[in-house]
Amino acid sequence: MSADTTLAFDASCHIFTGCGFPAPGLHTFVYKPIFTVAGFEFTKPMLLALLGSVLIVAFFWAAFNKPKLVPGKVQMIGEAGYDFVRRGIVYEIIGKKDGEKYVPLMVSLFFFVWILNLWSIIPLAQFPVTSLIAFPAGLALIVYVLWVSLTFKKHGFVGGWKNITGYDKSLGWVMPLVVVIEFFSNLLIRPFTHAVRLFANMFAGHLLIVMFTLASWYLMNGIGIAYGSVSFLMVLVMTVFELFIQAVQAYVFVLLASSYIQGALAKSH
Amino acid sequence: MNALFLAAEEPQNPLVPHLDELVIGLIAFVIVFGFLAKKLLPNINKVLDERREAIEGGMEKADEAQTEAQSVLEQYKAQLAEARHEAARLRQEALEQGTVLKEELRAEGQRQREEIIAAGHAQIEADRKQAALSLRQDVGKLATDLAGKLVGESLEDHARQSRTIDRFLSELEEKAEAAR
Repeated sequence: MSADTTLAFDASCHIFTGCGFPAPGLHTFVYKPIFTVAGFEFTKPMLLALLGSVLIVAFFWAAFNKPKLVPGKVQMIGEAGYDFVRRGIVYEIIGKKDGEKYVPLMVSLFFFVWILNLWSIIPLAQFPVTSLIAFPAGLALIVYVLWVSLTFKKHGFVGGWKNITGYDKSLGWVMPLVVVIEFFSNLLIRPFTHAVRLFANMFAGHLLIVMFTLASWYLMNGIGIAYGSVSFLMVLVMTVFELFIQAVQAYVFVLLASSYIQGALAKSH
Repeated sequence: MNALFLAAEEPQNPLVPHLDELVIGLIAFVIVFGFLAKKLLPNINKVLDERREAIEGGMEKADEAQTEAQSVLEQYKAQLAEARHEAARLRQEALEQGTVLKEELRAEGQRQREEIIAAGHAQIEADRKQAALSLRQDVGKLATDLAGKLVGESLEDHARQSRTIDRFLSELEEKAEAAR
């Protein structure tokens, strides 16, 4: 498929018509800007990200703006979600005393990541915003800056470095090796993997759904319809599977963020 | 799917963040974080605390009531036990008193009976003596009279007369004793 094609796929392109399969690829993740202001290109994923923010705020506004002692339906759902992150992740990983301060961040992260993932299977949106590395990278950056600064604030300059590099005299001659590995693993690779884990999962999931969707359409000609129906079944299966993965990845992202912060607050070894 | 437009240029490396997207992503997140952290979560935290207090308060009240009920029950049981004890004590006392009284009455009755018997015996003895004396006099007189009549003469000598009678009677008595 040539790059100058304006549509991701040609609606009239079917099998046995001499038309090749319009396979999805990197171009699937590139959108033409909706509008451009002073060189700033505003695209559909950006719109979805902002819309996601609005949805989350609207939901929690409805749930928590005027909370009642005996909760209504919306408040009950909001409380369940809030409690899931607070008790299920933050209290579990960081602990109740130290963790309370980071609950708002983790709750925001979880629901933000989740809704950005969720856009993948919402009709008309149908794009996981987190499959663009910039979005997970921004969030991972926030967590990174927080845990690095917390580490130095908690342990001082030398203590901070010891915490990050896993400095421990009892390791003996292995220590230099450990320090080098830990330095790279914690300070350089960790933020990268944190962001890429989420990005790659959503990227791959979206690619699969798009591929099966395109294939279903492409195969709708003659005997191809039989294969196409299988492909369409796969679309449904993948959609349900993605629904699961989206929640899992949001959970993992927040779980990791919590464990990084817990590591920063923990006593140096 | 029609919304899927391709950018005019070649797609860039998917691992290199697009600066515009990064900025928008951060802004979108800050919106969420700002609302949740500054307003909505403190709101719900307050209510959750209130709810917990209300529940704990209710539980505390229930605990208090339970404790009070327990103490009242203890008190009641103690009083009941005391009352039972008192009743048992009174009964025991009455029983003891009754026994003593009965013993006294019995002793009194015994004493009176013995007195009466003794008095009876004494009376009988006195009567017998009286009767014996009067009988002896009567018999003596009769015998004297009879002897006087038989002899035809009055036995003047009273002393001798009396001695004779006495001897006679003594002999009679001795005979009676011997015969017995």
